[in-house]
Amino acid sequence: MGGDRGTEEELTAQETALYDRQIRVWGVDAQKRLSKAHVLVCGVNGTTIEFCKNIVLAGVGSLSLMDDHIVTEDDLSANFLIPHDVCMHGVSSRAEACCESLKDFNPMVRVAVAIGDPSLIDEGFVDRFDIIVVSCASLKTKLFINDNCRKRSKHIAFYSVECKDSCGEIFVDLQNHSYLQKKPGGEPEQQELTYASLQVWKFDLIFL
Amino acid sequence: IPFPPKPNPRRLKTLASAGAPSPMASAAAPASSEEAVKAAKVLMVGAGGIGCELLKTLALSGFSDIHVIDLDTIEVSNLNRQFLFRKSHVGQSKAHVARDAILKFRPNINIESHHANVKDAQFNVDFFKQFNVVLNGLDNLDARRHVNRLCLAAEVPLVESGTTGFLGQVTVHVKGKTECYECQPKPIPKSYPVCTITSTPSKFVHCIVWAKELLFAKLFGDKNQDNDLNVHSKDGSSSKLDVFERDVDEDLDQYAQRIYDHVFGYNIEVALENEETWKNRRRPNPVYIRDTLPEAVKQNGSSWDCSNDHEEPSAMASLGLTNPQEIWTLAENSRVLLEAFKLFFEKREKEIGNLVFDKDDQLAVEFVTAAANIRAHSFGIPLHSLFEAKGVAGNIVHAVATTNAIIAGLIVIEAIKVLQDDYKNYRMTYCLEHPTKKLLLMPVEPFEPNPSCYVCSETPLLLDVNTKVTKLKEVIDKIIKSKLGMNLPLVMIGSTLVFEDGDGLEEDEAANYALNLEKVLAELPAPVINGTKLTVEDFQQELSCSINIKHREEFDEEKEPDGMVLSGWSAPVEKQINSNGENKSAASSSSARATDDTVEDPSKPGMKRKLDELLETKENCDASSSAQVVEDDDDCTMLDGNPALIKKKRLQ
Repeated sequence: MGGDRGTEEELTAQETALYDRQIRVWGVDAQKRLSKAHVLVCGVNGTTIEFCKNIVLAGVGSLSLMDDHIVTEDDLSANFLIPHDVCMHGVSSRAEACCESLKDFNPMVRVAVAIGDPSLIDEGFVDRFDIIVVSCASLKTKLFINDNCRKRSKHIAFYSVECKDSCGEIFVDLQNHSYLQKKPGGEPEQQELTYASLQVWKFDLIFL
Repeated sequence: IPFPPKPNPRRLKTLASAGAPSPMASAAAPASSEEAVKAAKVLMVGAGGIGCELLKTLALSGFSDIHVIDLDTIEVSNLNRQFLFRKSHVGQSKAHVARDAILKFRPNINIESHHANVKDAQFNVDFFKQFNVVLNGLDNLDARRHVNRLCLAAEVPLVESGTTGFLGQVTVHVKGKTECYECQPKPIPKSYPVCTITSTPSKFVHCIVWAKELLFAKLFGDKNQDNDLNVHSKDGSSSKLDVFERDVDEDLDQYAQRIYDHVFGYNIEVALENEETWKNRRRPNPVYIRDTLPEAVKQNGSSWDCSNDHEEPSAMASLGLTNPQEIWTLAENSRVLLEAFKLFFEKREKEIGNLVFDKDDQLAVEFVTAAANIRAHSFGIPLHSLFEAKGVAGNIVHAVATTNAIIAGLIVIEAIKVLQDDYKNYRMTYCLEHPTKKLLLMPVEPFEPNPSCYVCSETPLLLDVNTKVTKLKEVIDKIIKSKLGMNLPLVMIGSTLVFEDGDGLEEDEAANYALNLEKVLAELPAPVINGTKLTVEDFQQELSCSINIKHREEFDEEKEPDGMVLSGWSAPVEKQINSNGENKSAASSSSARATDDTVEDPSKPGMKRKLDELLETKENCDASSSAQVVEDDDDCTMLDGNPALIKKKRLQ
């Protein structure tokens, strides 16, 4: 289910009923595009699971989770997706532990574990996705993934997020992003944004 | 728009002073946030969009003693953001299911869930006093005001919040230190003059109100209710008093077409006869079935498909219309109207006479959409899709999970500050896209209490009213219960008790009060005349205020439809609440909102006005065609309160 609808297909009655309130925010067109999108999340922690919850509820096409760290006590205290009645501690990977709960949030979304090492995410691998979110990875790994995203002809959005105590950081690279901006009382205007790659942004930061 | 807002001398003067010790300040040194959280007992009011996120965040943040109150049950449209609920929970109590879901990942915390209305008597001041802080995740003004008053009475800090689409805010209210929730005027649901609805609609929402409150109510609702639709037929010689009544053995098709012609054709022609009305207005076009659906007139009887008896009857399904986002033609709207009309009589006959419009009733939504569109066509107003119409008619608030998640996080941050009595750092935080500064969160220091707030300071109010013709009942319903938000009021004139509400009244007392309700003010046991002072109280809310009466004979029908005007309380700006869904929709409503929001209120601090401007800029740029910002998912009080109470101005 999800992810493979044709461009002309309307939303099903089920989707219209479930997504009614959010369609009133971003429109049917955006909802259709959302339902065709494939997302990869590398690194399962408090921040990224919030994102996973939100994107699954919204009805994304598919969500793949990559994190083979084994669940620890600490994970249980910060993660509302891992049920306490099942013994995950010391047995499952973080990705596996969160999968079922996420599927539960929205049966129309394909949620799966992606086996692999983030530092080895190459060009071929990134091509399966429209959006990649990375957390708890080294700068080197993030640069590698971002670089690979930019190599593809397909437009792949890259996000890196980290949180510590009451500080948070998010890096966004949408490459060349065009969108329509509604103007009050007028026709929507085409807007273009150009994002810097992580490589360039990190480089610039040194000179600030 | 200057940002940050200029310093206001009223702001923070009292915050700087010591203030009463909070529940947490028993030790000499302030508690650490961890200790404060562990020891805290919190009340959450509302387990919906904000509530689910909030309960999750509270649990993860270490809160272990939580009460939750919510009167609602779970619906399918909740599931896109109220993530503690599943499809299998539809129909069950939100409070109870939320509690169970949280216990799955935090089995050892204490959560007590109440499937009840926070306005119930059990949640009195003593109940509120047991909490260190109250956190609101409500969706209507009425409940918010009620909780505000109880928190003031119990002297418990309140963290308020609200979201609509991508917008949201979190505010902190501590008695004596900051403004209470009602110190600044809040928008009340928009109401429309009766004549706009019955004769001179200019916006789509007017057509919706007509279709919902007049046509639908007349045909399918309580027959005993007052209704403004013209019931007289073309030929005065008709034996029928009410043209809407079905003739004995009248063919259903014929009946439907007759009603169609009456409301869209004949009634419009009657209205056109009054030249004065149309001097400066576009004249409406009467619409007859013979013009819109010529083929229908020739048909005799209907042959409907019996095979779908077990499915919910739907005119769209019958007619093969599948896309709720599509805007139907006049002919299609007409077909939908006739088909929906027939389906009500064919498949849901038992309900006729008892039906109330429900946005989740597909057939009702189809009927109202079609009727509103045909009327809109007559008056040159743009037609709307079922999707958009449903939003307007059902007061639907648009909503996504992310905003609620952000707001929930901010609520907990403020709650922790409150628990630590960290008043210097209390913030009102607005979540919106600042038009120029590219900020998403705007924290602002709270204001001091408003000295002329009738809720948290003692200020007499002034009521302009015609004491010779206005009944006590009207004052109680339109002013005391509605505008002042009292639940179970008590009205005294000097030492004479003229009215009391609630349980435990003696029979003769109740009879006496019932009599008083029907009396005009000047004829009450203690006569109310110019200069009389009313004392009004609500024991549960521990709210008491005085109303000085000023007698006035004339009231403007359009601007003062209530026939009375309350002042001295920073009257709220009337904002259009439901031109769009929960957050109402349609460009026409957006522009309407712009003109509505021009009331100057000198007592309003500069900050609030700027926020309104920001919100307006924002909503005009919203991507969705049906996005409209509204603060509250208020019940629609389209015709200004209970239609039965409104003095009807009948068309001649």
